[in-house]
Amino acid sequence: MHGLNFDIAHLLAGSLVLVSFLLLYQDRLYALLNIFAVHAIVLSLSVAWQAHIQDAPHLYITAFIALIFKGVVIPVALHRMIVQLGIHREIETVAAIGPIMLAGLALVGLSLAVMLHITSDANLIAREDLAFALSVVLLGLLIMVTRRNAVGQVVGFMSLENGLVLAATGARGMPLVVEISVAFSILIAFIVIGIFLFRIRERFDTVDVHALDRFRGERS
Amino acid sequence: MNGIAFVLAIPALSVPVLAALPGYRLSALVNIFASFLTLLAALSLFGWRGAPTSYFLVDDLNVVFIVLNTLVGFTTSVFSASYIGHELETGRLTPAYLRFYHTMYQVMMFGMNLALIANNVGLMWVAIELATLATVVMVGIYRTHEALEAAWKYFILASVGIAFALFGTILVYMAAQPVVGEGLPGMTWTILVTRAANFDSGLLNAAFVFLFLGYGTKVGLAPLHAWLPDAHAEGPTPISAVLSGLLLNVALYAILRFKMLMALNPGVIATGPLMATVGLISVLFAAFMLYRRRDIKRLFAYSSIEHMGIIVFAFGMGGALANFAGLLQMTMHSLTKSAIFFTVGHIAQVKGTQRVSEIRGLTESHPMLGWLLVLGVIAIAGMPPLGIFTSEFLIVSSTFARAPLLAVALVLGLLVAFGALLLRLQGFAFGAPSDGRAPVRASYLPIFAHLALVLIAGIYLPPVLVSWFQHVARMLG
Repeated sequence: MHGLNFDIAHLLAGSLVLVSFLLLYQDRLYALLNIFAVHAIVLSLSVAWQAHIQDAPHLYITAFIALIFKGVVIPVALHRMIVQLGIHREIETVAAIGPIMLAGLALVGLSLAVMLHITSDANLIAREDLAFALSVVLLGLLIMVTRRNAVGQVVGFMSLENGLVLAATGARGMPLVVEISVAFSILIAFIVIGIFLFRIRERFDTVDVHALDRFRGERS
Repeated sequence: MNGIAFVLAIPALSVPVLAALPGYRLSALVNIFASFLTLLAALSLFGWRGAPTSYFLVDDLNVVFIVLNTLVGFTTSVFSASYIGHELETGRLTPAYLRFYHTMYQVMMFGMNLALIANNVGLMWVAIELATLATVVMVGIYRTHEALEAAWKYFILASVGIAFALFGTILVYMAAQPVVGEGLPGMTWTILVTRAANFDSGLLNAAFVFLFLGYGTKVGLAPLHAWLPDAHAEGPTPISAVLSGLLLNVALYAILRFKMLMALNPGVIATGPLMATVGLISVLFAAFMLYRRRDIKRLFAYSSIEHMGIIVFAFGMGGALANFAGLLQMTMHSLTKSAIFFTVGHIAQVKGTQRVSEIRGLTESHPMLGWLLVLGVIAIAGMPPLGIFTSEFLIVSSTFARAPLLAVALVLGLLVAFGALLLRLQGFAFGAPSDGRAPVRASYLPIFAHLALVLIAGIYLPPVLVSWFQHVARMLG
């Protein structure tokens, strides 16, 4: 079958998983945001390639949104925000990197095993895309649980959403409503998070989620 | 033009109106009025619904949910009008925040109505996300330390749940696409349902797992419930009432729809045992957690987890009788729990605290509130002759007939929860009253209305309602 088409789709989707691994061990916020921008750019390339091979021009819009919004606007905004909050020099204590990377590998193995097994009838590109997408989603979750900083968790969440976009574009002919909605929801999610960050800043002068842990239900 | 357009358009149009109105009294009235009109529009769907389009669908199942949703939405708006004035006086909210609050209330109602009425799995997902985001900002509206933590936790957990649900939705489309073709038909309920038998069962299995995890987080099922007590306890009480009474139901509705889809495919795993297991775990877990609660709203939030567990268990058991009981339980729980939250909201205002240890002797200091709370708790604990007794009795007896061991576990959970609620009620209602004898300025009407409905349903279920629910129960399989 169309060898090159498949190879490039495979390459781009695989790169997204690799960039997720890069996100996993960044302990500086600046680096984390920069890598997230790379993540979004790889995603937009992958989506644009899908648009090309599926002959689905509306996917170019999704690719464009991913590139501009997640690749440029959000990283720049978060950059400015962390400077304003004065946390740009902080080094995050991500738990031991070795075990986290191993856990990440295990998650990728799991998603490949599950997805390739159940989608044996589907077309090849969709299969690979779905398996990689699930890996990105699971790695995004892992990033979220290993971060204590609110910005780090948000980046984890956005990388998770990137995985969802990858899955949605891999599914051939999926109606546009979903792609727009995903982009839209990220926008809303970002606004919400922005409000949160500012409020948190206003109240406790920190975005370290640990500072929130004093409460923990009803210990008082 | 038909009822569907009005059910969606009224909340959507009142959003800009409420955002523009300055005074809180006026916006509260507009809020009530809009909610009332939405309720009327929802009621019109019983007779006048029109054929399903590729985006909207009204059938016998979701009309029950829509009417319940708009009814509780309306009564909560009435309660909220009498509640927020006090919040403004005590300075917990400013007029600007109230304007925001009313706007978000209608955004949330719009999101929930859209989710219930959508004929498209993608549209339903978007709507549930919209409703969730609206509630997240409402939970954090007091901007206290606790409220922010609750909202943050809710936001993170709900987003992860929603992400899983979207992944499941994509998998459903992947399963449908080879059979029904590309594009919109692959996400339309009415088309999916007719062709589901030919879908790839492996993909459907994986899809259901993700959908159940995702929407199950929003239902508040046991291992995924962590956001629920915080969100209920720290947000404004009208939002606690709407969360418990409505938003949990909307997520449950999504699960039920997908369960119906799964049931049509011969090759898939049985979804019932999965749901029954998780439901039972939620019941047992929440029942034991009820004992050590120190915050009154948190107490009733755990009771919501318990009840959602019972409902999911009932639907998981399946069959005409258990489904019927599950629907009844869901309706009764929505009405009762929101009535309890209305009462608790006023109690927390007059007592100036939500701590269980500081709320005592209500029947003496505030007889009306005290006795309404007694009635509400008796109802939620499942005592006859109130409505929840009927539905719980049906669930337990139908389970005994088919899986006695499960029924024993369920009854254990119910009894443990019953004990905890009565133990706490004893403290709240009787004994020497604690401080806080401020007079109540409450509108009792919503509480009366809900409890009256629950009482009537416990004594006499109208045959029309029974046959309707029986019909829906058969649809659910």
